[in-house]
Amino acid sequence: MKRDNVIEVKDLYKSYGKTEVLKGVSFNVERGSMLALLGPNGAGKTTTVRILSTLLDHEQGTVTVEGHDVTQDADKVRSVIGLTGQSAAVDELLTGRENLVMMGRLYRLTKDSANTRADELLKDFDLVKAGDRPAKTYSGGMRRRLDLAVSLIATPPVIFLDEPTTGLDPRSRLTMWEIIKKLMSNGTTILLTTQYLEEADQLADQIIVIDGGKVIAEGTAKELKSKVGKDRLELTFASASALEKAAAALGKKVTDTNDKEYTLTVVIEDTNSDVRKVLDALNDRKIQLVSMAVHKPTLDDVFLSLTGKQAKTAQADEPTDKIAKKKKGKK
Amino acid sequence: MAQALEFEKKPRIVQEFTDSLIMIKRSSRHILRNTDQLLGAFFQPIMFLVLFASVFGGAIGKALPPGVSYLNFLMAGIIVQSVAFGSTTTAIAVCNDLQKGIVDRFRSLPMSNLAVLNGHVISDIFRNTISTTIMIIVGFIMGFRTQANFVEWLAIIGILLLFTLAFSWLSAIIGVLSKTVEAVQWLTFVIVFPLTFASSTFAPTENMNRFLKAFAENQPITHVVEAVRALMLGEPIGNHAWWAVVWCLITLVISIPIAAFLFKRHTAK
Repeated sequence: MKRDNVIEVKDLYKSYGKTEVLKGVSFNVERGSMLALLGPNGAGKTTTVRILSTLLDHEQGTVTVEGHDVTQDADKVRSVIGLTGQSAAVDELLTGRENLVMMGRLYRLTKDSANTRADELLKDFDLVKAGDRPAKTYSGGMRRRLDLAVSLIATPPVIFLDEPTTGLDPRSRLTMWEIIKKLMSNGTTILLTTQYLEEADQLADQIIVIDGGKVIAEGTAKELKSKVGKDRLELTFASASALEKAAAALGKKVTDTNDKEYTLTVVIEDTNSDVRKVLDALNDRKIQLVSMAVHKPTLDDVFLSLTGKQAKTAQADEPTDKIAKKKKGKK
Repeated sequence: MAQALEFEKKPRIVQEFTDSLIMIKRSSRHILRNTDQLLGAFFQPIMFLVLFASVFGGAIGKALPPGVSYLNFLMAGIIVQSVAFGSTTTAIAVCNDLQKGIVDRFRSLPMSNLAVLNGHVISDIFRNTISTTIMIIVGFIMGFRTQANFVEWLAIIGILLLFTLAFSWLSAIIGVLSKTVEAVQWLTFVIVFPLTFASSTFAPTENMNRFLKAFAENQPITHVVEAVRALMLGEPIGNHAWWAVVWCLITLVISIPIAAFLFKRHTAK
């Protein structure tokens, strides 16, 4: 069976004056799946989305959405897509409901359909109470929800989410993730851009890592992670001498030591048996352990090993972040 | 989803007309909800009329032909001036839209591109109509008297509407070209201020120096002001009405495509 690709991008080039922003980007998005474009600021994510949603021209390459070429059949593309941009593009002086109905009408919905759908979306997005207030009175999270609701008003089969959670507080981010997951279960095809690794990890079926206008890696979150390898065990001790003894006891397995925090990292092949072995070794020598933690490889590590740069994480105080920083320090 | 959505299946041209109506509704709501602007639209004409009539009335009145009161002379000019300044709101509205990313959303919809501009321009006419009506009412209270009959009033309204439309489209161009709302304000000021003052808006042109006089007597605003003034005061209208209409039409024919082109280009760079 032929693969059913909703979005097809081939050899896409785009430059602003002399600055090349996209240097030959290609990817496909299968029907009903979510692809995440993951990359740091300035990687070309937003430019790609703007080209795909007919807002920008491109110099080279072909881009089709539902079989329609974005330059030749822009209007056909527009009728099958919904776009949620970085800055919540809602009309601040209109109420939430008015925004929804207006956009629905501009999508060519009949008045009845636009009104019914607006009610549905206000309910789904927990905006019923705020529905008749001007959007300028909304909080950041509410505004994003309204923005996303607006792009769903005509239930387009393809949705572009351009950094939907950038700048949101953790709770609003979780709410957005729930909403996006629900969307996916409805069979909508989604292209998401993000600089947050957890976001791509949590939501996307396929991930494309782009940097400097080029695709530098692609695959599922699992595939990308397997490229960087094994689980790691981080052990913390009470003193420098304990750390020293432990390092000696564990020998070659130690990949990283931190003299200031009295921690060391051990690579483990099999979580079950290797952790036991390490603990047994410490126990034999009566070395006191303060704490331990097992770390799965994260997309952070993937990103770091691919680009040599550190990606942004959503929660800066997460342990994954600490490891990435240490690794960078070592390089 | 509870039920299947229904889409309009009207011909494209009808759809695009509907798009404009939707955007007019949007922009009109903006005007009604922007309280500061609304207060301005209400009080500015009253302030201008009262100040000009009382400050310049005595001095300029002496230069007028006998029997013409300054208030009667001023009325046409101050209405035109207020419309010209008032059209700045189109530029501000267009500039705001472009900056706030909502235009990206509109451009990603299967709608007519021109509808956004149509919305702002047409709703600007509503606002200007309110301002002008207030001005005329206050004028009557202050002692303004007109010789115009019903048909002449229709002609006055027609010329003023055409002028508002032309100026709002010009203003839309400024709105697209300006990067900030501040830029809109000084740009329109630099254009509108000389145009309205170097004309017969506030004073007869007879006493101006030769160059200024030549400019003032032939520029579009003077024709519009003179046409409206002649109709109001029952004076001979000469060619002013024709020139006023021709100037407005020329402005429209040039500025609509330019504004539309620039608007389309703006984000598609």
